[in-house]
Amino acid sequence: MDILPKWAEIILVPLISLFLAALISALVILAIGENPIAALNIMVTGALGSTYGWGYTLYYATNFMFTGLAVAVAFHGRLFNIGGEGQATLGGLGVALVCLHIAWPHWSLALLGAAGGAALFGAAWAAIPAYLQAKRGSHIVITTIMFNFISAAVLNYLLIGAMKPIGSMEPATSKFPETTHLPTFQDMFSTADIVLFRGAPANVSFFVAAFACFAVWILIWHTRLGYEIRSFGHSESAAKYAGISPTKIIMVTMMISGALAGMMATNNVMGEAERLILGSVEGAGFIGIAVALMGRSHPFGVFVAAILFGFLYQGGAELALWTGIPRELIVVIQALVILFTGALDNMVRMPLEKLFLALRRTSKVEA
Amino acid sequence: MELLTLLQILDSTVRLATPLLLACLAGLYSERAGIFDIGLEGKMLAAAFLSGAVAYTSGSAWIGLFAGLGASLVLSTVHGVASITYRGNQLISGVAINFLAAGLTVVVAQSWFGQGGRTPQLVGDARFEPITLPFAEALREVPVIGPIYYELVSGHTSLVYIALLLVPLTWMLLYRTRFGLRLRAVGENPASVDTAGISVIGLRYISVIICGLLCGLAGVYLATALQAGFVKDMSAGRGFIALAALIFAKWRPWHALYACLLFGFLQAMALRPDVLESSLGFKVNGQLLDALPYILTVVILAGFVGKAIPPRAGGEPYVKER
Repeated sequence: MDILPKWAEIILVPLISLFLAALISALVILAIGENPIAALNIMVTGALGSTYGWGYTLYYATNFMFTGLAVAVAFHGRLFNIGGEGQATLGGLGVALVCLHIAWPHWSLALLGAAGGAALFGAAWAAIPAYLQAKRGSHIVITTIMFNFISAAVLNYLLIGAMKPIGSMEPATSKFPETTHLPTFQDMFSTADIVLFRGAPANVSFFVAAFACFAVWILIWHTRLGYEIRSFGHSESAAKYAGISPTKIIMVTMMISGALAGMMATNNVMGEAERLILGSVEGAGFIGIAVALMGRSHPFGVFVAAILFGFLYQGGAELALWTGIPRELIVVIQALVILFTGALDNMVRMPLEKLFLALRRTSKVEA
Repeated sequence: MELLTLLQILDSTVRLATPLLLACLAGLYSERAGIFDIGLEGKMLAAAFLSGAVAYTSGSAWIGLFAGLGASLVLSTVHGVASITYRGNQLISGVAINFLAAGLTVVVAQSWFGQGGRTPQLVGDARFEPITLPFAEALREVPVIGPIYYELVSGHTSLVYIALLLVPLTWMLLYRTRFGLRLRAVGENPASVDTAGISVIGLRYISVIICGLLCGLAGVYLATALQAGFVKDMSAGRGFIALAALIFAKWRPWHALYACLLFGFLQAMALRPDVLESSLGFKVNGQLLDALPYILTVVILAGFVGKAIPPRAGGEPYVKER
């Protein structure tokens, strides 16, 4: 059954896919008359060469960890949650409501409250497509896409209406109160003599994201619910036969997924912007798809892939700053990663499987 | 409401419905053959960019058209290779194509024209000009029929008429030809088609290529007829509205036309809040109008207003034998 050894499955296949994506990206850079090696250099120094760069890389990585986990959890139940974008948008709404309307004594309590609000709103936004899938048979991919658009309209409506402070022209809420401001890496790691992570937006919610990775690992592989989600993902009919309710699994899986996507807002809305603005998710919900595919839906893989995409994001911003390569190059790389790790997986896998089979045969003959 | 205002709104309904209709029919061919395509948006965008860029460079809208079709075809071939030959996940492939187009168009536009991810304004022959149908000028003064003919029926670009003609053509092809029967069968039960000795893979590739051509036309229309040139993200979710229309129409050509006209009408009304307010007597929220196609689709999908059942083999790669 398993033709590929585990290490090849986990490390080799994603690495080859990544290499193919990088190769084509390099060709694109060449085609527009820039130097790919120089571009890579700028990306590495810009994103990893200073604590400032790392501060941005990890800030982006925090977003992608949440959305990547969201997609990964859904993948385990063989559900494709494309709605991370909308769920994260609604999560932002939850954070804003919690931060603006409750007087928090300390940031740590505010973070707990905001994470709860974000998770609640994200889960609720995912629950509707989940219900429609479970009970009415509407395809979850289509409904979650539609819900992304609807969420944008909802936020637009609220930010130019009810949630905009009186007298303001900008479609944004007022600034969150001081007690809800999260400590940034600069506050946490700088000593009296050396300032680290100066001005970078990475903040304490990075550790929340890292903990979420651990929690998802426990959930998927060490709880009864996780077992049920995985069995449902492998075979719906077998799961049903074993007494697992499909409705329950679809609902619960999607709500966990939505809650994780929503919790991204503790980073971008609460940690960075400190107010709710339009379009603050910036496509992170979709990058979650690439992150989950790259990380093979394993929380540890998601953690690593999120940092990789954080690097690409920050590196891409530096590229746009120093060269003629626009920031959208990152979108191209992201697309290629999704294409190779997701859709063209078999293209990478089939030759590898042949190779390993041939190797096994020759070693048998020798033995 | 005055007749002229009504006609203006209906006229822009037709304009705005055209790209939706082309993309919707594109999706219809693909999904009827069992290949889900959420990459309509990306293919439109790629075609819009390349047609705009080539039309500007060559000064001819027709050369631009072929370039646009080419761009869309390349992406649909990628989709075909991923989802037919390598039996990959069709939804993931579609997502990848959307991002590929969103990124590449801006990267290439920036290095080609250096105008922040857009092409320069198209003028003269680089754009498809409106066609004035025969007798439109002469009949203009005739009451009622004259203005309807002049404002609404006449004065569109050739692509609009092509799109409208494609509806009966698609219906004919799907329901009155052998090819159409096979195409529909391959989306419902590919094994039966295979048993009859017809290539499932071949049929599916043909349908994906037709899909690419029609998506290409939709994109070409955006950049060289509806607007004068390409701007970043100019498809603006139209590919997804077309997908919504396709579900709304339950994968049938004539209904696709009605659904696209309805969604086009919603878009046209969103552009004229003054008319909407005066005719309804109260102010309608703009965001609600924007979101309405999506909300309607969810309602339809939920089966509260009739049930939308997709082609049965949709999204499943065909494996000949195990």
